[in-house]
Amino acid sequence: MPLLMQLFLSFFKIGLFGFGGGYAMVSLIQDELTFHGWLSMKTFVDIIAIAEMTPGPIAINSGTFVGYKVLSFLGAISATVGVVAPSFILVITLAHFFEKVKESPYVNAMLDFLRPAVIGLILAAAISFGESSLVDWKGFLIAGGVFLAMLKTKISPILLIVIAGAVGIILY
Amino acid sequence: MTDTKFRELFKIFITFFKIGLFTFGGGFAMIPIIEKEVVEKHGWVDKDKFLDTISITQTVPGAVAINMAIFLGYNLLGFFGALAAAIGVALPSFIIILLIAVSFNQFSNNQIVQSAFMGIRPAVVALIAYAGYKLSGNIDWSSLLVIFLVVTLVGRIILGISPIYIILAAGITGLAVNYFSERKMDKQNNGEV
Repeated sequence: MPLLMQLFLSFFKIGLFGFGGGYAMVSLIQDELTFHGWLSMKTFVDIIAIAEMTPGPIAINSGTFVGYKVLSFLGAISATVGVVAPSFILVITLAHFFEKVKESPYVNAMLDFLRPAVIGLILAAAISFGESSLVDWKGFLIAGGVFLAMLKTKISPILLIVIAGAVGIILY
Repeated sequence: MTDTKFRELFKIFITFFKIGLFTFGGGFAMIPIIEKEVVEKHGWVDKDKFLDTISITQTVPGAVAINMAIFLGYNLLGFFGALAAAIGVALPSFIIILLIAVSFNQFSNNQIVQSAFMGIRPAVVALIAYAGYKLSGNIDWSSLLVIFLVVTLVGRIILGISPIYIILAAGITGLAVNYFSERKMDKQNNGEV
């Protein structure tokens, strides 16, 4: 299969199964990247940091970045369109049946179990990134500090990333 | 296409371009900004319809901001409205990331940038872990749901099962649990009669 088509299909799959958006999609993207060997896990974590510091959804940001790395400009377009296309089809379809869908016990029953699955996928992503990113005690210290800051203060995640970057320059 | 319709489409495009350009953190962080533009400033939808928009984005896979843009654009001007909104909200990220990707190799080899990323990577791990922790507060945990969470973690981390199968299993389990609890209720109701 041509690479352009592979990129499109991979990101179409990510868009199609990416319930919960954002961080929930990270597991899906990671799975596709490992399968195709498109990007190292370290670079992927760097992209998530960049995505967090730049505007826009993580799905679009990583689609554009990975697409560009694999096949430059056309790759970026193909991955980005791929990740948005399922939303486009599903949201427009759903807009027609919205009242029915909202009340449907079947949809709500599925969502009940999708929620813990999404949380599990997010935590799994955190754990597997932890394995490659927490290389020494300094890393654990930074991670613990950021988690505590999110829990106890109102400091924005963007600022926390900037601070972590400054701490990194001092410590490493 | 008439001139007025084209102007309306352009207005939708520009509004969502602005939303895409100024919302950091993605997803739920974007909701108040979208509400301000779409409900308060342009009066395109009322508050109730906007709440519907939020709930529809949670039933559909994909990025929350993109889904909201498509739903709102579609309600305003049909297919082309959805297209204008989707392109508008995605374009700023696309351009910015493209610029970063083009220059990534140059600045990622820089020693200072490498040290900075050594500090940033653990921070990202913490942010993702926190997102999972925060979401778990919104759930009415039953023992079945806790079991499903553990199964997801074991399946993903130890067995390396694809997230797609985990998502499919979640949907099917939800339907099955719903089916059996309804049967149980039917039986109880019949017993009473």
